[in-house]
Amino acid sequence: MQRRLPVFTGLALVLAAVATPVAAQTFAITNAHLLTPGPVGEVENGTVLVRDGRISAAGSNVAVPAGVRTIDAKGAIVTPGLIAVNTALGLIEVSSVDGSVDNKTHNSGISASFDVQYGLNPDSTLIPIARLGGVTHAVVMPDYDDSDKERELPFAGRAALISLGEGAAILHRPGVGMMLELGEDGAARIGGSRAAEFVQLRQIFDLARQAPRDEYPFELSQADVAALKPVLASTMPLIVVVHRASDIQQVLKLARDYKLKIILSGAEEAWRVADEIATARIPVLINPTSNIPSNFDMLGASLQNASILKAAGVEIAIGGNDAGHRVREMRYNAGLAVSRGLPYAAGIEALTLAPARIFGVADQMGSIAPGKAADIVIWDGDPLEPLTQPTAIFIAGKEQPLTSRATELGKRYTR
Amino acid sequence: MTRHVPIASLRSRGTLRAALLGTALALLAGCASDASSARPASTPAPPAEPAKPAPEPFQSTYAPRPAADTAIVGASILTGTGTRIDNGTVLMASGKIVAVGADIAVPSGVRVIDGRGKWVTPGIIDAHSHLGVFPAPGVQGHADGNENIDPYTAHVWAEHSIWPQDPVFTKARAGGVTSLLILPGSANLFGGRGVSVKNVPAVTVQQMKFPGAPYTLKMACGENPKGRYGSRGRAPATRMGEVAGFRRAWIDAAEYGRKIDAYEKKRARGEGGEAPKRDLGLETLAGVLKGDILVQNHCYRADEMAVMLDVGHEFGYKTRAFHHAVEAYKIADLLVADDVCVATWATRWGFKMEAYDAIEENAAILSKAGVCVAIHSDEQRLIQRLNVESAVAMAAGRRAGIDITQEEAIKWITINPAKIMGIADKTGSLEPGKMADVVLWSKNPFSVYAIAEKVFIDGALVLDTSDPATRYRSDFEIGQPVGEE
Repeated sequence: MQRRLPVFTGLALVLAAVATPVAAQTFAITNAHLLTPGPVGEVENGTVLVRDGRISAAGSNVAVPAGVRTIDAKGAIVTPGLIAVNTALGLIEVSSVDGSVDNKTHNSGISASFDVQYGLNPDSTLIPIARLGGVTHAVVMPDYDDSDKERELPFAGRAALISLGEGAAILHRPGVGMMLELGEDGAARIGGSRAAEFVQLRQIFDLARQAPRDEYPFELSQADVAALKPVLASTMPLIVVVHRASDIQQVLKLARDYKLKIILSGAEEAWRVADEIATARIPVLINPTSNIPSNFDMLGASLQNASILKAAGVEIAIGGNDAGHRVREMRYNAGLAVSRGLPYAAGIEALTLAPARIFGVADQMGSIAPGKAADIVIWDGDPLEPLTQPTAIFIAGKEQPLTSRATELGKRYTR
Repeated sequence: MTRHVPIASLRSRGTLRAALLGTALALLAGCASDASSARPASTPAPPAEPAKPAPEPFQSTYAPRPAADTAIVGASILTGTGTRIDNGTVLMASGKIVAVGADIAVPSGVRVIDGRGKWVTPGIIDAHSHLGVFPAPGVQGHADGNENIDPYTAHVWAEHSIWPQDPVFTKARAGGVTSLLILPGSANLFGGRGVSVKNVPAVTVQQMKFPGAPYTLKMACGENPKGRYGSRGRAPATRMGEVAGFRRAWIDAAEYGRKIDAYEKKRARGEGGEAPKRDLGLETLAGVLKGDILVQNHCYRADEMAVMLDVGHEFGYKTRAFHHAVEAYKIADLLVADDVCVATWATRWGFKMEAYDAIEENAAILSKAGVCVAIHSDEQRLIQRLNVESAVAMAAGRRAGIDITQEEAIKWITINPAKIMGIADKTGSLEPGKMADVVLWSKNPFSVYAIAEKVFIDGALVLDTSDPATRYRSDFEIGQPVGEE
């Protein structure tokens, strides 16, 4: 069900009333075309009432108390803020400049215990650039440092959820997941074979269940083993980057054997085992544009991965085109999935409520609903279209500037 | 000599068999040529050989597929010439565009395709691709795009690395791409010759080569060459080392060109003598100085592009396009003055220091200033949706107060890349007489939901989403668990 929305609405500035950010986080957005997952759903002429940074009411029959500042959306589409997955926002500035990259370590005593929360830089220029794509929160994930080819390195470490709001306090919640890459690249870090990889993983999990020791094999430190405890207690999801269908099936088996809470990521061949993933109730983080048979792990990569998974009943979240600089493209990727059969509402959900649910914060964000933080974007058209831009962005009720280092540079050279 | 005429015309039809036959007949004809028999029988001096062989080696054997004469009627047409025709007709016959307009009579017997509610554009053209030279899967055994053991490799040709079975050619076709320029990588100052191809299924690269397209030379400035060689303790280690390297090479090329010219002048006077030994690299550089080979210069920073323009002024060559050129928006006036095109992205930035100032508005700012701009891919995913990338660039322009029309933006992925490749007289716009390289889109092509439903190359329907039989699988994909699209 693809929505018919005006594609070329131009840059009608519907928000002259809110040209400057205001401190007061109590206001109402009226005459809004609400488009949100959850009970509010789609409301052509709706109102959102925000009090102290939280949504207090949303829908078609919302009374705006006297004296509350009102923003007339003039019929524009209003969605929840987008929640990006698979990012390194706040950890990367320039990819090739080592000193500006903090999402990985070559310290052989730190793998599972690596924790991105300590490396976050709220001044990163990538944050406002992602935000201009309507992104209000991001899951920040560690990566592997493969400079030492001899190093055994199963886990990349702990992920965190950040807010993209202006200001120093961007850490929203640490420890939202443990990163593990399997398949061809993962196997390369554990002796070059999948057959070794899964054996070693099982050994590590067995060790971590036992009483602490002074020393551990496989280059694991005490801190690494301690970091795995919540994974084995199913309180921290294990985010598994994996591509090949047979590897996904091995992960499902591992999850059953150790009662792990799994999130699949990448998962280009997931469509081939969609029913099994749905039965296991395991969510998947995907990039629908990843359709290149880049290696022998993903010969089945297809533009239809998202729509097939959704049709099978799998929860999906859709990410951007890299971990940092191109996070803002996540909404186009959802649009591409919609062009290949993903229902439109599922496309919006894959950018908002689905990632919130997957990372355990659906009570706080991911939809426009009473009680949630006022993470709201007003758009000048269909948010999945590249010709559409946000005209206002609120994070926890605070209006965000619609500028970035890139737009400032453009302004300097636009005559 | 009259016997050569039909042979030449056979070859121009471009089938492999005809080319082979032509070569054989030409050799026979040479043995019995009137020129040698005109010499006195007592002095059978062999004619002096030309400095390089004619015809050039690795000739195109591209042959257009069988094409039914076709009319697409009722569509919105972006012609690539700056105009839009609503409820228009595109008429193709014998592989060429015959007519484009609102009131075109469709002759009887022509296949009619209902384009109502749909959009038609010229075939999409990518002026910067590495398909086939860095194919999928991206295994080491396939990495053939960078001869990165020496910074001066003007002697290598990308076409000698292209693997026509790269499955991404098919994926690019599904994105409406009908022609592309395949370049060597950017590790070297002179990376080698690039080649323009038509995006058709093929077994040999010769079957893909765009007939009559000029050769191009890939040059690269900035971080890649100095990073590659400086770290190995050899030049260039710095940007100034790179510029010095370029200048030395052009001095050598000019000398080589003079030597060849002097020999050819003597030969024309019948003085003969031994041809100078060919140098493949200098032959390419000398071709640039003569204007036969187009310079495609990978260059990110504004200051660096300005220096490279002056290198061109010093040695008398013209840069056809700066590629990537993410800071071109800072020097739009210089680019207009030198009539240099720019091939760039909208979305990529920050992956290295020289890409830190890349902005989405680059294409819009340049377009407004009058620069010939192309949106290019340089990668396997983006080549499948250059239309969406262009929409991102349009939107950024509008956000900055620069109103880029659809009629203008479509040029970024059609006629402007054709100009960069030197094939704008043959393709890139919907004009009578041009190759019928055409895409029928399900929706406005600047929508993320638009799908290239029908793709025509030289009038032949090479992809039709309603007919799975047209969905080509490369040899590599046969017997593999591949998915749709």
